[in-house]
Amino acid sequence: MSNFKDGGIVIVGGGPAGLSAAITAAQLGAPVTLIDDNPRLGGQLIKQTHKFFGSKSHYCGIRGIDIATLLEQQLYATPAKVILNTTVIGHFKPNILGLANQHTFTKLSYQRLIIATGASENTTLFENNDLPGIYGAGAVQTLMNVFGIRPGKNVLMVGSGNIGLIVSYQLLQAGINVVAVIEALPKIGGYHVHAAKLARLGIPILTSHTIKAALGKEYVTGAVICRVDKNFKPIKGTEKRLKVDTICLAVGLSPLVEILSQIGCQMVFIPQLGGQVAWHNENMETTVSGVYVAGDASGVEEPSTAKLEPSIAGAHAAARLTGKVTESQNIITQAKLELAAIRQGPFGEKAAKGKEKMMQTVR
Amino acid sequence: MRYNMLKRTSKRNAPTRITDHPILQFNRGRELTFFFEGKAMKGYEGETIAAALVANGVKVFRYSEKHKRARGFFCAVGKCSSCLMVVDGKPNTMVCMEPLRQGVRVERQRGRGKI
Repeated sequence: MSNFKDGGIVIVGGGPAGLSAAITAAQLGAPVTLIDDNPRLGGQLIKQTHKFFGSKSHYCGIRGIDIATLLEQQLYATPAKVILNTTVIGHFKPNILGLANQHTFTKLSYQRLIIATGASENTTLFENNDLPGIYGAGAVQTLMNVFGIRPGKNVLMVGSGNIGLIVSYQLLQAGINVVAVIEALPKIGGYHVHAAKLARLGIPILTSHTIKAALGKEYVTGAVICRVDKNFKPIKGTEKRLKVDTICLAVGLSPLVEILSQIGCQMVFIPQLGGQVAWHNENMETTVSGVYVAGDASGVEEPSTAKLEPSIAGAHAAARLTGKVTESQNIITQAKLELAAIRQGPFGEKAAKGKEKMMQTVR
Repeated sequence: MRYNMLKRTSKRNAPTRITDHPILQFNRGRELTFFFEGKAMKGYEGETIAAALVANGVKVFRYSEKHKRARGFFCAVGKCSSCLMVVDGKPNTMVCMEPLRQGVRVERQRGRGKI
């Protein structure tokens, strides 16, 4: 039956969360296998040219692209195995994953599993929202920051959260014109510092505005925006046509939870965490014993906590395999203290509420 | 005002490929030739087929099955299926994940594609 290998602690996803979990577990001496569907590790960090906020121990002041390299180096200094260009496409009972790359399908068993699949970008409803020229904000970042290709010449940014604001500034750095940033809420969603950078360059940030339609037959040639009232209903007669060739959507993220759901982990719907998430305890373990979740897959959150929860998952999973209970417990205790401190701050509040709500859900 | 006008003119002529960037340097790989709908195009080793197509001004990647709606690049991370194309005769290839190769033939997919 077992004509396939065992991966020890198998981690799905090589972004900041998966890397942090893998580094922690491997440094404790556990056998670790990390799987990612991209040609290199780092996840979304490899396109993030901005400097991160937070405390020094959480990579503040360092650009995302450089954090990716740092984490990658730390992992490659351990004996952890890395499988790239490979997608985990399914789970077989009791503890086997199905792996597919371009050419082959293989199976891998695990003793502990950490799911760090991250999140996918949301879209939003408007006429013609499927036209070519409408991109997720992450896709625009990939094009211009990884490949050095401009997606268009004139962009409308939908959403003024941190992603919308940061990507708008990166568009300007890449020599692309941002016609406007629109936001349905009456106030800007992201940090003031990011909004101020755009304002200084004269980019209009229109609050209480939404997109009504994309114009064009085969691809985007324009957009219609309008004002919304307190209940987010469009106000008639306030429509404005914008001449744009690209519409960039930065309207939030949803955790990628398909595998967790297939494994049979109990799922709960928590809007503050981005939607459906796998219920997990404070050690990041789901309702299925030995299956953990980490990073945005466990609830979309500010990046400053990106390495804390995964470290907890990695240490907890490793403790049971290596028997290094005291060392693991020290890491977990320290990470929990730091996590609590971050979640007390104004930008950790939402996630703290979400996690609290999850804990109250009967498992 | 005058500054703005200057800025706009330069924008209009900005090439698709970024050469000057305040933070990033793009070390592109070997130049490759590939074919889109039979037409020869240039791209670089290390980029995906989708990226090379966008750099060549291609916006429509496929047409949907029922309403024949144009579909383009959307998520860039192999999740949304908007970029399924026929690559060397193989339909349903996610070109946002597929590396560009010398001589590769890329075609727009119509509907589901035949296997």
